[in-house]
Amino acid sequence: MNGSLAMVPQATDYLRVLPEIVLSIFGMAIMFADPLLKERPPRTLGTLALLGSLLALAATWVQAQYPGFAFWNMVRVDAFSVFFHFLIVAVTAVVILTSFEYMEVEGIRAGEYYGLILLGAVGMSLMSSAVELVLIFLALEISSIATYILAGFRRRAAISSEASLKYFLLGSFATAFFLYGVALMFGATGSTSIQVIGAALSSFEVPALAYAGIALMFVGLAFKVAAAPFHIWTPDVYEGAPAPVVGFMSTAPKAAVFAVLLRLMFEAHAPGRIGLIWVVAALSMTLGNLGALVQNNVKRLLAYSSIAHAGYLLVAFAAVPDSGIPAAMFYAASYAAMNVGAFAVVSHFSNAGERYVKIEDYSGLSSSSPLLAAILTVFLLSLIGIPITGGFIAKFYVFSAALQSNLVGLVILGVLNSAVAAYYYLRVIVVMYMREPRGEVPVSAVPAGMGAAMAVSLAATIYLGVLPGRVLDYAGRAVAEWLH
Amino acid sequence: MVPITTLHYLVVAAALFVLGVIGVLTRRNVIIVLMSIELILNAVNLNLVAFSRLWGLHGQVFAIFVITDAAAEAAVGLGILIAFFRNKETVNVDEVDLLKW
Amino acid sequence: MSPNFHLWLIPLLPLLGAAINGLFGWRFSRQLVSAVALTFSGAAFALGLWVATQFPSLGTGLYRESSAVWIRAGDFQADFGFYLDQLSLIMLLIVAGVGFLIHIYSVGYMWEEGGFYRFFSYLNLFLFFMLTLILASNYLLMFVGWEGVGLASYLLIGFWFTRDQAASAGKKAFIVNRVGDFGFLIGLFLLIKHFGSLDFETLFASIRLHSPETQGAGLLTSIALLLMLGACGKSAQIPLYVWLPDAMEGPTPVSALIHAATMVTAGVYMIARSHVIYDRAPAAGMMVAILGTLTAFFAATMGMTQTDIKKVLAYSTISQLGYMFLACGVAAYTAGIFHLMTHAFFKGLLFLAAGAVMHATGGEQDMRNMGGLRTKIPWTFWSMTAATVAICGIPPFAGFFSKDEILWQAYASARGSWLYWLFGVITAGMTAFYMFRLWFLTFFGEYRGGRAEAHLPAQPGGRGSGHAGGDDPHRVPSPSHGQGGIHESPKVMLVPMVILAVLSVVGGWVSYHHTFENFLSPVFREGGTDSLVETRPTSTGVESPVEEGGKETLFMTISVGAAAIGIFLAWLLYLRRPAWPDRIAHRMWGLYQTVLHKYYVDELYAALFVKPLINGSTNLLWRGIDQNVIDAGADQSADLTRRLSDSLRHMQSGNLRSYAGWVALGAAAVIGYMVWIGIP
Repeated sequence: MNGSLAMVPQATDYLRVLPEIVLSIFGMAIMFADPLLKERPPRTLGTLALLGSLLALAATWVQAQYPGFAFWNMVRVDAFSVFFHFLIVAVTAVVILTSFEYMEVEGIRAGEYYGLILLGAVGMSLMSSAVELVLIFLALEISSIATYILAGFRRRAAISSEASLKYFLLGSFATAFFLYGVALMFGATGSTSIQVIGAALSSFEVPALAYAGIALMFVGLAFKVAAAPFHIWTPDVYEGAPAPVVGFMSTAPKAAVFAVLLRLMFEAHAPGRIGLIWVVAALSMTLGNLGALVQNNVKRLLAYSSIAHAGYLLVAFAAVPDSGIPAAMFYAASYAAMNVGAFAVVSHFSNAGERYVKIEDYSGLSSSSPLLAAILTVFLLSLIGIPITGGFIAKFYVFSAALQSNLVGLVILGVLNSAVAAYYYLRVIVVMYMREPRGEVPVSAVPAGMGAAMAVSLAATIYLGVLPGRVLDYAGRAVAEWLH
Repeated sequence: MVPITTLHYLVVAAALFVLGVIGVLTRRNVIIVLMSIELILNAVNLNLVAFSRLWGLHGQVFAIFVITDAAAEAAVGLGILIAFFRNKETVNVDEVDLLKW
Repeated sequence: MSPNFHLWLIPLLPLLGAAINGLFGWRFSRQLVSAVALTFSGAAFALGLWVATQFPSLGTGLYRESSAVWIRAGDFQADFGFYLDQLSLIMLLIVAGVGFLIHIYSVGYMWEEGGFYRFFSYLNLFLFFMLTLILASNYLLMFVGWEGVGLASYLLIGFWFTRDQAASAGKKAFIVNRVGDFGFLIGLFLLIKHFGSLDFETLFASIRLHSPETQGAGLLTSIALLLMLGACGKSAQIPLYVWLPDAMEGPTPVSALIHAATMVTAGVYMIARSHVIYDRAPAAGMMVAILGTLTAFFAATMGMTQTDIKKVLAYSTISQLGYMFLACGVAAYTAGIFHLMTHAFFKGLLFLAAGAVMHATGGEQDMRNMGGLRTKIPWTFWSMTAATVAICGIPPFAGFFSKDEILWQAYASARGSWLYWLFGVITAGMTAFYMFRLWFLTFFGEYRGGRAEAHLPAQPGGRGSGHAGGDDPHRVPSPSHGQGGIHESPKVMLVPMVILAVLSVVGGWVSYHHTFENFLSPVFREGGTDSLVETRPTSTGVESPVEEGGKETLFMTISVGAAAIGIFLAWLLYLRRPAWPDRIAHRMWGLYQTVLHKYYVDELYAALFVKPLINGSTNLLWRGIDQNVIDAGADQSADLTRRLSDSLRHMQSGNLRSYAGWVALGAAAVIGYMVWIGIP
């Protein structure tokens, strides 16, 4: 407890939330500028948003120079939170890049869209540094409400507004569970600070109320990361929502919620962790992969795949903290890289009105656009977990961490699942490389912004596969700093 | 006269919570589903205020945040519902069925 | 001062070739594409040869270099490191050498194909991964190569992707291999967990401290069995052999390179490399030997009934790999690697020659439609003869030495048994039978190709006219490819064949006075001392006692005799009395059908694993039969789906309230569980 208890926040307090401040300013500026700009060239606002996210990336670096608590111990800046800040803001920037093309093709009003992305990112980054349940709740809601709206952004498409409605109703239903859990936890321990709760839960006899609280909070968070059995909304919402938004909400908010879950599970010493995670992880992997086997819509397939990946990631939660947390962090990063990339390709390919999202539409992509096919192949291989991609190292780390914690059954289930999973990713590759191209599917040239987004994700995926050392080291140090 | 303890509040809150959940599960009108979710949030508020008797004012402040959030959520939810209504002309959740499998 | 070999360059050169051809090849002429591919694969081979000449100057026989740290977390570290000892040197020469020859051959074979640059890019890529696999200094890097060769093989099998069979064969190979990799990976996890390292030197040093697990199945045994599962996948052993026959859908040079000479031997290499573990896990070793023996035997029976020339060779490959497994299982690693080498020569050659035959006959693969080709394509005939004799184990051809060594060890090793030997000898007889059957059917008698043209289906969907049905580009009958058109292959194809033919003849002589064994034995010796954990009363390393020698000669005679019987039967049935085979098949109809259908294993797997998985996921999370569910306007389909959704209880109903129900149910379960553990 080294934070200031003075009634007035200090300057360093603001520095410790600098990325959030930058993102908020840009988000609001875009909202204001949107109606003022008469011509509304959509690029202007997009570029502004990109600038904002890049500045936030720089702000993350500034923030990293001031580790410590801020705002009466509600915010904790440490290597762990900086990691997730960086991840979330980077994903935001890449998603903004992928959105340029999509916005033009779909003819969507740009202002609110970029504003919502930036403001959503505020909530997500705040989640990763918040160590107080009220703040976590607010951050969660900021990010959730932004994504509810983003999911319905193709307003004229019935499936998009349906996705939005489903996501909204189920999402707020789950949030209510989370809140109820927070209230019970407050009742059980008298505090909403994770640190205090952790001390309470590890010192004296844990009241049954706290168990119920943890359970309810877990339900809410598991819903947000699409872990089974709370994954049910995912395929529908991912199918209906705009492709770049799916790229966004399958990675950044998930990473943020995983950060919260990590804090909750390990710092708050949540009881019953291993048994709970075991079942949820096993269910997510299995149901996700089984569901994906029979999908014909690429977005839906990737939705099921994201459920499975949430399962793999959760495996790390059951491991001992020293190896489990870094593995989870690395997994979140490499999953973000490959999934954002995959959705970038999907959104470029889908064309106006998301007409081409069936697997068959990808027929012969290797001859109509070899580069696009090759890029998507790399992402899919990474999702399978083939070596020299980030996906392999991530799985390898998670499973070896789990095995070191004697979770043999879970590891076997996980590796078996990833063997099964190869099948459906491979189907896409087979279609791209081993089918005749379909004449009617147009493949347009990749514009610069989209190209940059793909390049960044590709570079990150390969980098994490070939030279994972630095990121792993960082994650290891972050955990050491956090826990000891 | 039995004195009203924290437990009593908790029981009422739990009952509200269950009622809310049942409402979400059984009602077909989206607006009523939304109201049921509000009911759960109010159960939360009741809990928080009740616990404030034990632990101080934190809980009551939290409850105010929850109310604010509920308002924001309702506003966004109604917006989404209007967008949906324009496409499908219905507020029946059972007709929200384009996306499946 | 040890020389710097720059081992990292060896795999990197083909990768460079693959990148150049893959990125710019579509602009290149065929000459330039082949020049690039040959230069880079040739350079890798040349570098390998140079390393081999320098190798003796390393007194220790060990060389390692670490190029870069790959992963480091906590105590665990894996590098991009390369490792050279006698074992990897031999593998390097085999892979780079045979690989280079097959590259040359492919230039001729693939000349008229579409996607020429793509083919060579993949082939170079394969070489990159294979060399990585061999030269890796730790299991993790080895696994990179391991997965990579699978990927490259998948791309090459499906090279003629316009054929559905090719695409699905590629996929089958990939998936079956994933099952094997699953074992491999779990084995690796166990190694990390218990020994904290995957680096060969560090790891084996700490494993050497363990004593053999003679009783029951301990840690090392389970690791060895898991690794074996991986090896079974890659080396097409029971129960994971099913992908290899299908893999013959790929172009013939691919079958020669990947599915005969190099990739499929990776499993054998891996087991030999892990000998420290297998030495300490006799139970696992026994399992390897049994699987190897059974595979050798059953694959040989299946080989006897096939009529497709490449399928025969595929089953023969599986069978020969079984021999190598058997050798590794009885801890006779040198014999296994020796056979691996000779097999690379003669089986590579057999495939190349088969490719030449198909080239000559216009893409015919069915041996029943061949015959009498002896005089028409003499070079191919003589090369094929050398390889056939070699595989049958007739002295003094290469296969004789290696197979004889394996059979002897199968009996005489401390882990050996006369049963292994017996099955081995029977298999040797069968091998001789089906190989000579192939030989007689192809080259002797009358040419039966004329009537074949009639029932060659002109399969639709082929891209261009090039490769509609069979493997070879020239499938579609054309005037120049009738009987009169049977022609010898171009020189660029013949030269590699002749070189391999020479090697098939003389390749076995390196075992003279145990030269080969003596060269390789330091690898398999236990840390400086001379003996393995379990002694082998065999002729390894030292001259065998007189009595043992006598026995060895007797055994040798028996196995040669078995081969001779096989050859005689083939001659009798397929040259002398061509009507008999049908009659025999009729007489033993059930058995014949069973073997012809490969013991119905594919059907069994489909029924056991594939269908339940697909059906299960279809029913559990039923997605409508009709694609147009999304389109609400399509009333019938919506109606149909509604009826379906009524009849099937499923999770993804699309109904919001049922979704909320699932969430609530899940929440109830979680709360119930937590409260249950919370109440003391």
